[in-house]
Amino acid sequence: MTTPLIGVLALQGDVREHLIALASADAVARPVRRPEELAEVDGLVIPGGESTTISKLAELFGLMEPLRERIRAGMPVYGTCAGLIMLADKILDPRSGQETLGGIDMIVRRNAFGRQNESFEAAVEVAGVEGGPVEGVFIRAPWVESIGARAEVVAEHDGHIVAVRQGNALATSFHPELTGDHRVHALFVDMVRAAA
Amino acid sequence: MSSTSTPQSPETGTARVKRGMAEQLKGGVIMDVVNAEQAKIAEDAGAVAVMALERVPADIRKDGGVARMSDPNMIEEIIEAVSIPVMAKSRIGHFVEAQVLQSLGVDYIDESEVLTPADEVNHSDKWAFTIPFVCGATNLGEALRRIAEGAAMIRSKGEAGTGNVVEAVRHLRQIKNEIAKLRGFDNNELYAAAKELRAPYELVKEVSELGKLPVVLFSAGGVATPADAALMRQLGAEGVFVGSGIFKSGDPAKRAAAIVKATTFYDDPKIIADASRNLGEAMVGINCDTLPEAERYANRGW
Repeated sequence: MTTPLIGVLALQGDVREHLIALASADAVARPVRRPEELAEVDGLVIPGGESTTISKLAELFGLMEPLRERIRAGMPVYGTCAGLIMLADKILDPRSGQETLGGIDMIVRRNAFGRQNESFEAAVEVAGVEGGPVEGVFIRAPWVESIGARAEVVAEHDGHIVAVRQGNALATSFHPELTGDHRVHALFVDMVRAAA
Repeated sequence: MSSTSTPQSPETGTARVKRGMAEQLKGGVIMDVVNAEQAKIAEDAGAVAVMALERVPADIRKDGGVARMSDPNMIEEIIEAVSIPVMAKSRIGHFVEAQVLQSLGVDYIDESEVLTPADEVNHSDKWAFTIPFVCGATNLGEALRRIAEGAAMIRSKGEAGTGNVVEAVRHLRQIKNEIAKLRGFDNNELYAAAKELRAPYELVKEVSELGKLPVVLFSAGGVATPADAALMRQLGAEGVFVGSGIFKSGDPAKRAAAIVKATTFYDDPKIIADASRNLGEAMVGINCDTLPEAERYANRGW
């Protein structure tokens, strides 16, 4: 594969920033809102946004099962913040009826770092990303309480797990798409290339 | 104005964290609610955030009198009831109401013309807060003056509490047209443009380069139907605020969910049509050209 085609789940959230980040990491990026659009992409980003809203819309428009099927079949997927919650096999404190896609054997705590007053920026070392720490932007961010045997910790902040990888699935509780630094997206684009 | 270098130790209240919060709301619907029960209905319908206030704008219009910040108890009940972000309104220039809202832990403050202004000259200095602000604007100059004061998100004002989308369309078109015009200007022209817009040159230059505001732009003030929400999205709004339109309608839960669907699939008439079926009665609405000048909220703020 020369240039991978990567979708960004465009039900709600900071879709535009992910499209820009993927394009600067040498992928062709396009928004995905329908099952037939999902079928065409080599990999998928689940953006930041409101996890309750995204899961409701995915349910309403028949995307949950197609998404689960593709993730189970090994499609590379990367989730930031709300996207990390969507990729968790389990939420510690779900809203009633809140469903996740799963894909990473981890338990997440929503808004674990606090409300907007506590949102922060900090430098974060990410395993597999060369050239020093990335700029971590944490907005009402979740953290990962615990991971299973198949998952590996990719980054920590202040003693909490904030990035995890399991096979072709990657998740960060911070937002590299809000910075000009696209190294995490480049790492994901490499994962998509390797999976082809 | 946004910070570019990342601190080694965690830093709160940065421009990137404030503006980034609004980026997470994009493509979504923010709904006015007056109690915890309504907040839950909004969350279940897929709202990305709720705006906690004592009376929706339609009732503020009806009741008259001075409209102020809501009771802290009521705001706290709403914060307890939902997991989505909670916004609340302060009066224009009433920075103490804003301080109170920040202390309560709301996620965003709307310095809003829907409440009675506390200062007819100055808006609040929004850089002084760790909590981000959204402000209304009727044109580009007004939007940039608010951003210069620290606003991290802009909403076109429309005319709140009318259920009539005409002013929302007017203000959003005005902002988008002025941005498009700036896009074509050369460097020599930007100084005069800044003077004419009564906005800082640096911001005018940034908008000219980006072709958009440096913060997220939503639309507000008059959205009452799924098609209204989709219209504002097609005109370039990155999301919508719906005030009286939901809980002043016949079936709030159904209408709220329908507006959420139409906001996501704003360019798909079939989905908007399906979302528009059997919604029950919409709010009655007011013709804006019969509104006396003194009752036009959009004229508040400068």
